[in-house]
Amino acid sequence: MSGTPLSMQVSSIIEKYNGSKERLIQILLELQKASGQNYLSEDCLKEVSKKLDITLGKVFEVATFYAMFNSEAKGKYVIEVCKSAPCHVTGSKSVSKMLEDALKIKMGETTPDNLFTLQYSSCFGGCDISPAVKIDEKVYGNLTAEKINEIIDMYRGK
Amino acid sequence: MAKIVKLISKNCGNIKPGSVEDYVKAGGYAGLRKAMKMEPLEIIEEVKKSNLMGRGGAAYPTGKKWEQAYANQSKPEYVVCNGDEGEPGTFKDRLILSQDPLRLIEGMTIAAYVFKIKEGYIYVRGEYLDLQDTIDSAIKNAVKANYLGDNILGSGFSFNIQVVWGAGAYVCGENTALLESIEGKSGRPRKKPPFLTQVGLHQAPTLLQNVETYSNISYIVEHGGEEYQSYGTEFSGGTKLVCLSGNVVNRGVYEIPFGTPIKEIIYEIGGGIPDGRKLKFVQLGGSSGACFTEEKLDTPMCYKSLRDNGLKLGSGALLVVDDSSCVIDFVKCITEFFIHESCGKCTPCREGNTRIYEILDKFSEGKAKKEDIDELNKISKIMKNASFCGLGQAATTALNDCLRYMKDEFLEHIEGHCRAGVCSMSGKEK
Repeated sequence: MSGTPLSMQVSSIIEKYNGSKERLIQILLELQKASGQNYLSEDCLKEVSKKLDITLGKVFEVATFYAMFNSEAKGKYVIEVCKSAPCHVTGSKSVSKMLEDALKIKMGETTPDNLFTLQYSSCFGGCDISPAVKIDEKVYGNLTAEKINEIIDMYRGK
Repeated sequence: MAKIVKLISKNCGNIKPGSVEDYVKAGGYAGLRKAMKMEPLEIIEEVKKSNLMGRGGAAYPTGKKWEQAYANQSKPEYVVCNGDEGEPGTFKDRLILSQDPLRLIEGMTIAAYVFKIKEGYIYVRGEYLDLQDTIDSAIKNAVKANYLGDNILGSGFSFNIQVVWGAGAYVCGENTALLESIEGKSGRPRKKPPFLTQVGLHQAPTLLQNVETYSNISYIVEHGGEEYQSYGTEFSGGTKLVCLSGNVVNRGVYEIPFGTPIKEIIYEIGGGIPDGRKLKFVQLGGSSGACFTEEKLDTPMCYKSLRDNGLKLGSGALLVVDDSSCVIDFVKCITEFFIHESCGKCTPCREGNTRIYEILDKFSEGKAKKEDIDELNKISKIMKNASFCGLGQAATTALNDCLRYMKDEFLEHIEGHCRAGVCSMSGKEK
């Protein structure tokens, strides 16, 4: 197989799903994870469109419809703060504030070292330990300022 | 005294999730073994007797759905499981998927056996990708032990399950949108009718139920519909996984027999409100669910009693809100959720939520006038009547209820006062 690294990456993930157009969402999820920057670049979507023989418009539609797909590069770790009702009534606003203070960025921004992106999320089912945040696939709850600092230090050390 | 029963949650926390050995040792797969000695119509009869209602929120009688699907000339070709629980405050399907996925798989297999279906899909929300290994290994183990795959237990019946992951879209919890998503498309709801048992996945008849619904099937088949029914009330069979969240001491998922008053769930099982605060209101069924205050707390959790009181059980989420919250701020939070989750296909939902938020913002800034309440009611009514799917139709449920039961607080904001001290009132003329 030849081509750019991106092209080869797209090919191998598509192959894993037997080139099935129906698995577009699964393919995009894997590509986003493999990007290292938690996003789907325009070039990546173009490759997918070409290789799966789906119009670029349709690939873009799917990539922009689902909240988990990002169209811009994010930090290595995306910290998502739940702002749905169960977290809201148990203090998610102060969690956002504490994270903003600890990382010295605002919600929606990425740290200058590209390690963390801070953003909001809808409910991800951590309501029994609200207020909760999700970092990649892991959920952390019952957050206090101290606990938040510990978590951030842990990721910094990774 | 409120009690917890464990019909479908008994393995949770007690066995290795996805281990066939553990599951069978705990009595698992007795339902499937029994089902394979029964006629399909006998199985459907037990499900009917159980009075099991769809646990995803719509509460359509499962036995009736199966009976109708069975009577159709073309029988369902796919068994699909809706594991896209996106209603804020709902995390019960997560419990099953993470702690006892084989119970769901067994239930789906029994359903497939009834209709001689070969292919099944479990659609799980992308937010639960941490459960990928657990669910995948449960399927793999079931295939290895011949409870799934080709020629199951030597019966000649074959059934396979694929897992499909969502990528963050609340609207995909709507069954037709979910199928669009399985097909690899944006999750926009389809027009109904035709219903899924006629035209579903890949345009073929499809049986689609929630995780919790399927998870009840093996118990029902093993012990009989009547026994299952007897745990609940005349109108609501069996048990319900209730998710307690918000300002309550013991948050979590509890399996509760139908008929238990909401008050007992909150104060006895939930341990009441922490920090000496007072209950302000409760929201039942997630962000699209009804809000109500103290006076309706004695309502038993039963589909009929709730309906008689203008409430709906929905997904079984019970969000407790204490008096530190401001009702306007709460409804803004709910509205913000629906702005984000509206798929944008129809105008009433896409525009309505945004307009409502703008008006609510005037309340929190102290700039609202009495006419704004009429405007809120008007937009809400249009959305309820003219939205394409359930999302837009139910988006203003909380707003309507809060306006009904806590109108005082809206009026206070017009006067420039927020009793919880949450709103800024920054636009109030001095």
